[in-house]
Amino acid sequence: MTSNKVEQGAFYPRDHEWQPKAYTPWYRTSILRSPQKPLLRLDSTISEITGPVFGHNILGQLDDDLTLNYAKNGESALGERIVVHGRVLDERGKGVSNALIEVWQANAGGRYRHKKDAYLAPLDPNFGGCGRTITDVDGYYAFRTIKPGPYPWPNGVNDWRPAHIHFSLFGAGFAQRLITQMYFEGDPHIGLCPIVNTIKDDAAIDQLTAKLDMNNTIPMDARAYRFDIVLRGRRSTKFDNRLEGN
Amino acid sequence: MHELDPLKESPSQTAGPYVHIGCMPNSIGNHGIFEEDLGARMVNEDTKGERITVRGRIYDGTGTALKDAMIEIWQADSNGLFNSPSDTRGEADPNFAGWGRQPVEPETGEFVFETIKPASVPAPRGRTQAPHISFWIVARGINVGLNTRMYFPEEEAANAADPVLGSIEHRSRVATLIANREGSTYTFDIHIQGENETVFLDI
Ligand SMILES: [Fe+3]
Repeated sequence: MTSNKVEQGAFYPRDHEWQPKAYTPWYRTSILRSPQKPLLRLDSTISEITGPVFGHNILGQLDDDLTLNYAKNGESALGERIVVHGRVLDERGKGVSNALIEVWQANAGGRYRHKKDAYLAPLDPNFGGCGRTITDVDGYYAFRTIKPGPYPWPNGVNDWRPAHIHFSLFGAGFAQRLITQMYFEGDPHIGLCPIVNTIKDDAAIDQLTAKLDMNNTIPMDARAYRFDIVLRGRRSTKFDNRLEGN
Repeated sequence: MHELDPLKESPSQTAGPYVHIGCMPNSIGNHGIFEEDLGARMVNEDTKGERITVRGRIYDGTGTALKDAMIEIWQADSNGLFNSPSDTRGEADPNFAGWGRQPVEPETGEFVFETIKPASVPAPRGRTQAPHISFWIVARGINVGLNTRMYFPEEEAANAADPVLGSIEHRSRVATLIANREGSTYTFDIHIQGENETVFLDI
């Protein structure tokens, strides 16, 4: 299934029933930040099927280890040690190689290292909250971090975000660009969250919920969570048909 | 015949107010993890083409500029080639990645890209697209990143023949995709809602 051949087919149209709508008034900020006119549907052109490529040479040694990449003096970040891993696939089930994944998250107490985060939970001097990695030839990725804490946010009077990790993904085309969030299996805040509930379909919410993966824990060190991500698929071009017969 | 495709695209979620932490940590003073924020510099002294500045603001439904957005742009080089393996027409300028990423300024909401003017690129069925820059906007309150394009006001003939601009049904809205020019500076304001709502694209 995995092929290194350059793909140039048009992307499948985005499924707007599966994706959140722009206007979701229970998530208050969306009210004034949602287009009111319909989007203009565009056939993929070369501007959309192409996209930037990031080489593995941009990665520093600790970019994929959030427990260590901001830590000082041989210390490490506070919190439940976890490995998050999985594959980036496209809608055809093909692994997406060389996809840049950037992640950011709150610390174990639910506080972000950001001027604008005034939550009273303390900062962890050894936790920066960001990391990145690039998928291998099969679309596989892994990074090490600590489990982020839930945090309150101003929306309703008592809204809390479930524990989550923000993910940014680059596929091979600009039309595959995606930002999403990963939740943790079993978190009772998932069903209560106005941002999660911008997604209508329970199966789609489940797609963003990482599963505890006891087969890939590192004994006496870290538990593992499995999180696969799907980017848009693209049509095979005629050229592909001839060479691969798919 | 294709098999039915087995998977659905992962749902998008808002980038939230803290997107800088992951994508542009140095821009908010979180130094020491990544040497430089990706996409912060688009041109170097060897980049070919006409230097331009692209600036603007993103306005919400009350006309207030967003202060927490992140913008990415993607464009062809001065010969109309994309620096991407999916563009097999020729080798793009190695000194121009064609991709940029900037936060809006946290006090004023202004974004600024220093780049070059792209050449025109092909469109399906033998047509030509006028020079343009693709935009992708994420922020708190935006559930799925917004795609749009900026076109150049001096390219009147090319814009008139552009298939994307040509497919905009309400002709008065074409102007929302065309920047204002002053010398080498182009101003491209984006209106998420309201009377002047920008044409957003389902790409
Ligand atoms: Fe968050």
